[in-house]
Amino acid sequence: MNDPGLVLDARRITKAYGDHVVLNEVSLQVRSGEVVCIIGPSGAGKSTFLRTLNHLEKPDSGEVWVGGEPMGFRLRDGKLHELSERKVSAQRARTAMVFQHFNLFPHLTVLANVMEGPVRVQRRPAAEVRAEALEVLGRVGLSEKADAYPGQLSGGQRQRVAIARAVAMKPLFLLFDEPTSALDPELVGEVLTVMSDLAAQGMTMLVVTHEIQFAREVADRVVFMADAGIVEQGPVDQVLVAPREARTRQFLKRVLA
Amino acid sequence: MTQDLLPQVRLRHWGRWISGVLIVLILLALGWGAAQGDIAYGDIPYYLRSPIILKGLVGTIVLAVVAQGVAIVIGVLIALMRISHNPVARAFAGAYTWLFRGLPVLLQILLWYNLALIFPRLSVGVPFTGLKILDVETNAVMTTFVAAFLGLALNESAYMAEIVRAGLKSVDRGQIEAAQSIGETPTQRLRRIVLPQAMRVIIPPTGNDFINMLKGTAMASVIGYVELIRAANNISSFNLQVMETLIAAAIWYMVVVTVASVGQYYLERGFDRQDRRAGPPSLRRRLALNLGRPPMVRSPQ
Repeated sequence: MNDPGLVLDARRITKAYGDHVVLNEVSLQVRSGEVVCIIGPSGAGKSTFLRTLNHLEKPDSGEVWVGGEPMGFRLRDGKLHELSERKVSAQRARTAMVFQHFNLFPHLTVLANVMEGPVRVQRRPAAEVRAEALEVLGRVGLSEKADAYPGQLSGGQRQRVAIARAVAMKPLFLLFDEPTSALDPELVGEVLTVMSDLAAQGMTMLVVTHEIQFAREVADRVVFMADAGIVEQGPVDQVLVAPREARTRQFLKRVLA
Repeated sequence: MTQDLLPQVRLRHWGRWISGVLIVLILLALGWGAAQGDIAYGDIPYYLRSPIILKGLVGTIVLAVVAQGVAIVIGVLIALMRISHNPVARAFAGAYTWLFRGLPVLLQILLWYNLALIFPRLSVGVPFTGLKILDVETNAVMTTFVAAFLGLALNESAYMAEIVRAGLKSVDRGQIEAAQSIGETPTQRLRRIVLPQAMRVIIPPTGNDFINMLKGTAMASVIGYVELIRAANNISSFNLQVMETLIAAAIWYMVVVTVASVGQYYLERGFDRQDRRAGPPSLRRRLALNLGRPPMVRSPQ
C-alpha cells in the first residue's frame, strides 16, 4: 500500500449465504476524489458488496484495505490477525454510509443525529462539532430543521440528514446503498442534488444506484455488476454509452426502455 | 341558492338509559347492604394513620422498590446473555428464566428464609488454602427482608429478562447498522441507540409488573416481614378488629397502586414525546375530553 491516493482496495471479496454465492472474488479500487457508481440488476450482489466494504457484512474471504489498513484485521508478521468488534468499530469510523431506509435515530434530534458520531466515537469537543454539524446541515439545506426529530421530516429531508450525518464523520469515502430507492418520485431530485454537490466538492463516493441518469452526470467511473461479480467497468462514455459486454447492453436496454 | 333540508330526529338510546339506571340501583343496594354490616367504619381513618400500619406501608414500598429495581438490573443482564453470541451464556439465561419463573414466589421466599437449615454458615474462601474472605451465620444474613427480597427480586428478574428481550428485539435492525456505520462500539450501540428506543416497549409491562410487585410483597407477611398485611394482623391480633385493619391496608394498597399507575402513564408519555410520535394526552386533558367539554388546559405547542 504505497499509493496514498488509493483510499479503498477491495481484493477478491467472496461471500455466500449457504450454497448461494452472492459475491465471487470481487475486486475494486477507488482513488481519493473519485465518484464510482455501481449499477446492475437486483440480486447482483451490489448492496452486499458495498456492505462488506465497512464490514457490516464480513466477507468469507478476501481483503478490504481502507486507507492502507486491512478492514477487520491487523497486519503483523505478514499475517492478518482478526480484530475484536470493538476495534473494527474504530476502523469503521473512517468510513460512513447512507442507507436505503435512512436509519436515522428517531429518539435524537436532527442535530444530535449528525453530532452522534463525531462526539461519541471520534471524541471531539461538542462545541466544535456543533458548529460543524450546523454547517453540514446548511450544505444539505436543512439548517432550520436542526431541532426537529426525524419523524417530523419528509423522506427526502430524512435522507439529506442521513447524508449530513455521514459527511460529519469526515470519512475517507462515503458509501451510498440505493439512497433514493425508498423515496417518493418527487423527492428523489433533492437528494440527488445534494449528492451531486458533494461530488463536485471532491468527496470520494461509492454509490449503488438505479438512477442511470445520475450516474451519467456525476460518476467518474461506472461499475456494472451481475451474477455475483463485476461484468464491466470504466468511464461513463464506455459503460453507459458504448458498453462492450452483451450483459451490460441487455441491462441498459431494459432499464432505459 | 341553498336547498332546504328536512329536520332530523335523533335516535333515542333507550337500552342505554335502562341499563345505566339498573347499574346505579345495584350499586346503591350494595352500598346499603355494606352499611348494614357489623363493622366499625368510623375506626378505619384512625387505622389509616396508625404508626403500625404506616410502618407496614413503608415496609411494603421499600421491599417493592428495592426488589423491582434489582430485578430490572438482573433482567437486563439476563436478556443480554439471552441474545449474546456465547452459547453458554444463552443456555444459562434460558435456564435462569425457566427456574425462577417456574417456581411460585411464596415457595422461593420460604426456601431463602430457611436456607440456614441446609447451610448454617455462609462463607466465601479460596479453595485448598483454608483462607476465608467472608464467613457469617446464615440466620444473621437471611433476615425476613433479605429472604423476601431474594424471592421477589429473582422471580421478577426472570420476567424482566423477557420484557427487556422483547424490547431489544423491537428495535429495527437498521438502527444497529446505522450506529455501526458511524463507528459505535457494541456498548455504545446498546446504551446510546438500542436501549433508549427499546424503553418504549419495556416501560408499559414493567409498570404492570411493578404494580404486581407492590401486591406481591404481601407474601412476605408469611415469614413475618412487617408490610401492610402483617401490620394489620399485628393490630387485629390484639383488638380483633380484623376487617377494619384489613380495609385500612386495602385503602393504602389502592393509594400506592394509583400513584404507581399515574407515574407509569407519565413515564410512557415522556418517552413518546421524545420520539415525536403522537403520544396519549395528559390525564387532565383526557378527562376533559371524555367528559365532552373543551380541554381545561392549554394544548402543548
